[in-house]
Amino acid sequence: MPAQLSMRFIYQTWWKVLAVVVIFYTLIAGFLFDVPHLPILHETIRNTYFHVPMWIAMFTVFTISVVYSIKYLNTGDEKYDLIAVECVNTGTFFYVLGLITGMMWAKYTWGAFWSNDPKQNSAAIAFLLYCAYAVLRNSIDEEQKRAKISAIYNIFAFPIMVVLIMVLPRMTDSLHPGNGGNPAFGKLDMANSMRVVLYPAFIAWSLIAIWIASLRYRIRLIEYKKNEIN
Amino acid sequence: MQLINQTWILFKKEIVLEWRSKYAFNGVLLYVVSTVFICYISFNLNPGFSGSKSYSIVWNVLFWIIMLFASVNAIAKSFMQESKSRLLYYYSIASPQAIILSKMAYNILLMSLLSFLALLVYMVFFTNTIGDPLFYFLTVLLGSISFSTVFTMISAIASKAGNNGTLMAILSFPVIIPVILLLIRLSKNAMDGIERSFSYNNIGVLFAINTIVIATALLLFPFLWRD
Repeated sequence: MPAQLSMRFIYQTWWKVLAVVVIFYTLIAGFLFDVPHLPILHETIRNTYFHVPMWIAMFTVFTISVVYSIKYLNTGDEKYDLIAVECVNTGTFFYVLGLITGMMWAKYTWGAFWSNDPKQNSAAIAFLLYCAYAVLRNSIDEEQKRAKISAIYNIFAFPIMVVLIMVLPRMTDSLHPGNGGNPAFGKLDMANSMRVVLYPAFIAWSLIAIWIASLRYRIRLIEYKKNEIN
Repeated sequence: MQLINQTWILFKKEIVLEWRSKYAFNGVLLYVVSTVFICYISFNLNPGFSGSKSYSIVWNVLFWIIMLFASVNAIAKSFMQESKSRLLYYYSIASPQAIILSKMAYNILLMSLLSFLALLVYMVFFTNTIGDPLFYFLTVLLGSISFSTVFTMISAIASKAGNNGTLMAILSFPVIIPVILLLIRLSKNAMDGIERSFSYNNIGVLFAINTIVIATALLLFPFLWRD
């Protein structure tokens, strides 16, 4: 039953309209609203509204991908594999966007595009994980075997990715907030006026990611049905 | 109870098989010794290397890199050398969890032995003073356990997908990087003889990663072996 519900969800319009409206709101509010004036950061603090939501969107689609990989292993339904792979593809796209926005921000605040920051390095390794997933898929010709083995690797890689990005950088000194004793979102340095824009941006960009993934999935599904032998 | 019994019998079988041929053990030992020797010769082409400031850092990192490649080579064999019909036979008599657990246990044993021998050979060629030898040995043991658990599961995946070494390396390196980062940090602390309580944090994370890997392996392997 829940499977049918989520399938119906991707064909509905209201949340896509909502996502677009909220993104326009974060664009306008993000550039116009008052932000705290901090040394070093200055106006680049507005990048918070664009850099962080990319990662949240990536996590959202990667999580959905793992859920569908588990579903695939339980049922063997080819559709679930298509959803999982398209979610990973979309997540990788948002990963690249998050990395680029982060690198540009780093250039202006930390002085270099890449400054050996633990979180940057972890993110690079996490990218290798998902590249490996893509290579693994290409290495197997037989469809069902490919779906099964890549689902297993996807489930196996996800907790490692979470450890890499969320746990390890917190244990050493990092330039990123929330790591190595730096204050995080929950602490005092985050002005309440920023939350008004940031949290809607999280939701809106996640919805956009789901939308892209669902479109790609639907294209895949058409191709899949076209290639079917009846 | 049955699971433990099956694991134990399969584990004994692995040891007996290895004892008869001694192929994996001797092969990897020779691999490690020749790598250490190559490193020794190459580094000593630069006079004054062993007296330089960064010597101890290079010493530590080089050891883990040698161990990383040695263990990939050693453990990649664990599923690849089994023939299809023999695997089918195992699956008909034992539970999949017992198979993966016995492989992991066997690889842990093999890797611990190999790492200690490798460390001895390494210390003969590259002399270095270790501040806290007992803790360094403990780190090496932890390293062998972590390498074994991660690589056993990856080699099971890789053996199902084309059986080649490249795939094994591609799939396992991103997973092993957090482990090797923690290990290098831990062993550096042990080498410098820093107070042990500073390292407990890292050991905790290492155990957590191992627990995650073993748990996911136990959950996923039953799906993997079915063809």
